[in-house]
Amino acid sequence: MSALNELANLRQVSDKGKKQNKTAFIFLAPWLAGLVLITAAPLVASLVLSFTDYPLLKAPTFNGLDNYIKIFSDKRFRKSLKVTLTYVLVSTPLQLALALAIAVLLNRGMKGLAFYRSIFYLPSLMGSSVAIAMLWRQVFGSQGLVSTVLAKFGLADPAQSWIADPKTSLVTIILLHVWTFGSPMVIFLAGLRQIPMMYYEAAAVDGANKWTQFWNITMPLLTPVIFFNLVMQIIGAFQSFTQAFVVSNGTGGPVDSTLFYSLYVYQQGFVQFRMGYASALAWVLVVIVGAFTAVNFFFSKYWVFYDD
Amino acid sequence: MTDLAYPDAPVTPATPVPRGRRLKARNQMDTPARRAKSVLKHIVLVGAALTMIYPLIWMVLSSFRPGELIFRQPGLVFSDFTFANYEHGWTALGFSFDTFLINSAIIVFGCVLGNVVSCSLAAYAFARLKFSGRRLLFAMMLVTIMLPIHVLIVPQYIVFSKVGLINTIWPIVLPKLLGTDAFFIFLMVQFIRGLPRELDEAALIDGCGHFRIFFSILLPLMIPAIATTAIFTFIWTWNDFFSSLIYLTKMENYTVQLAVRAFMDSAGQSNWGAMFAMSVVSLVPIFLAFLFGQRFLVRGIATTGIK
Repeated sequence: MSALNELANLRQVSDKGKKQNKTAFIFLAPWLAGLVLITAAPLVASLVLSFTDYPLLKAPTFNGLDNYIKIFSDKRFRKSLKVTLTYVLVSTPLQLALALAIAVLLNRGMKGLAFYRSIFYLPSLMGSSVAIAMLWRQVFGSQGLVSTVLAKFGLADPAQSWIADPKTSLVTIILLHVWTFGSPMVIFLAGLRQIPMMYYEAAAVDGANKWTQFWNITMPLLTPVIFFNLVMQIIGAFQSFTQAFVVSNGTGGPVDSTLFYSLYVYQQGFVQFRMGYASALAWVLVVIVGAFTAVNFFFSKYWVFYDD
Repeated sequence: MTDLAYPDAPVTPATPVPRGRRLKARNQMDTPARRAKSVLKHIVLVGAALTMIYPLIWMVLSSFRPGELIFRQPGLVFSDFTFANYEHGWTALGFSFDTFLINSAIIVFGCVLGNVVSCSLAAYAFARLKFSGRRLLFAMMLVTIMLPIHVLIVPQYIVFSKVGLINTIWPIVLPKLLGTDAFFIFLMVQFIRGLPRELDEAALIDGCGHFRIFFSILLPLMIPAIATTAIFTFIWTWNDFFSSLIYLTKMENYTVQLAVRAFMDSAGQSNWGAMFAMSVVSLVPIFLAFLFGQRFLVRGIATTGIK
């Protein structure tokens, strides 16, 4: 059971019998302290702060709904929302489709499976590092790897910078995200292994070809894994920060074309020190991410298939 | 359940799956069409794999070449090797790169220790103990996995700065000591559920308390889950940029990630060589963790990912 199914369908284990409250409390003590001090209290505090004007060095002053009203007329907020939604809605499906395609290609028992899996998995461990984002700046920059190679075929000017061009800068970050398809791929591979081989054997006996088998056996039985990947990748993509920050050198530029939402929250909170406004922005993000997740869960009953 | 959690585990000889596959393979192998298809598939996969890791290989090779030669050389060139970029890069930021490696290592060590201890303790309670509010707390734990950090970071920053902990490791390490990476609690709960309950029950009858059961019986069996947690924490903390950017403002406290990024501020294009060299240095620990821990990583994400 993945975390998601678990949450949707909390274990119906009866809690009858002798309670072990005292022992449990000792085992849970660090986590409970964290839940209260590191998670719950800041959560409430940021909600309260979102109704204040708080320039860090002065005391916060209550200003009602001002921050939220301001958000809806804030052009950079709208731009950052647009950039982030584009990023989430383009890069997540691309990444997952590629992960699934490669996972299916790497089917069971194939020669070199471990080797291919390693190569495809490695980038997903490095993708969030600053070094890779810096590499991306070079690869897609002026005189960079991509422009130089394309120039050899007469397809681009070697001086072309895909990062400095507001039309293509976001595409380079989307490609970076797609490049890290290895971790959902490994999850897909594990999911594929769970499908009993006898289903395929029975289908083959009935004369179903590979394509029919894929659509009628693999896909339906893989939908829970696809759903898990979809929810987790969307939540993760909404919070992307490092790549956009490094590629745009902290600005979200050129002309805000890579102003990711989390980058905008960072700028408001930790560059301008508008703590109240940044909190309001963060809460808007929670509502958006929550809405996406809720919609995902709602529609899951129409397409996610549970075998058991 | 252990099989489910660990699909790669070699301890599953009884499953009928491999036998079925072997039979099928024998029936269908070696027709020319099938062989052509297999060759085509390998060509596609090798092509995709090369495209993906090409930039990495190119960066490693370029880091050993004179800075002015890096540009306009999209191919893999194996000549003009020099360590100059590494020598220059190591000291280019005013502090020796050792400083940043040590800073990162201390933070990573604290976070790994914190996650392993706090998450395994909490996981034992959720997986094995009965207590009031168990389901509610478990649900809250799962929700925190999905909570965006932005909504917590502002108040956390305010508190940490009021108590004077900016530019220390505590804002980064303390949350891990308190088990806020709930993802790992869930991973370990899944793992413990797969361990036979008879073990604890037998120990209980023999008069073991829960602490004895946890430390002497379950903990040794949980080593694979602990390894997964440790390696993932290592990689994620090593790569973490957001919290170090916020909490570490003095260069003497910089982590490796902040240091690599600092090359951009100090960079003309002449500095690409040094920057590449230090980027490679910053990726080496990740590569080593991947090399030696891949087994645990692959199993770990499968455990939490599959249904």
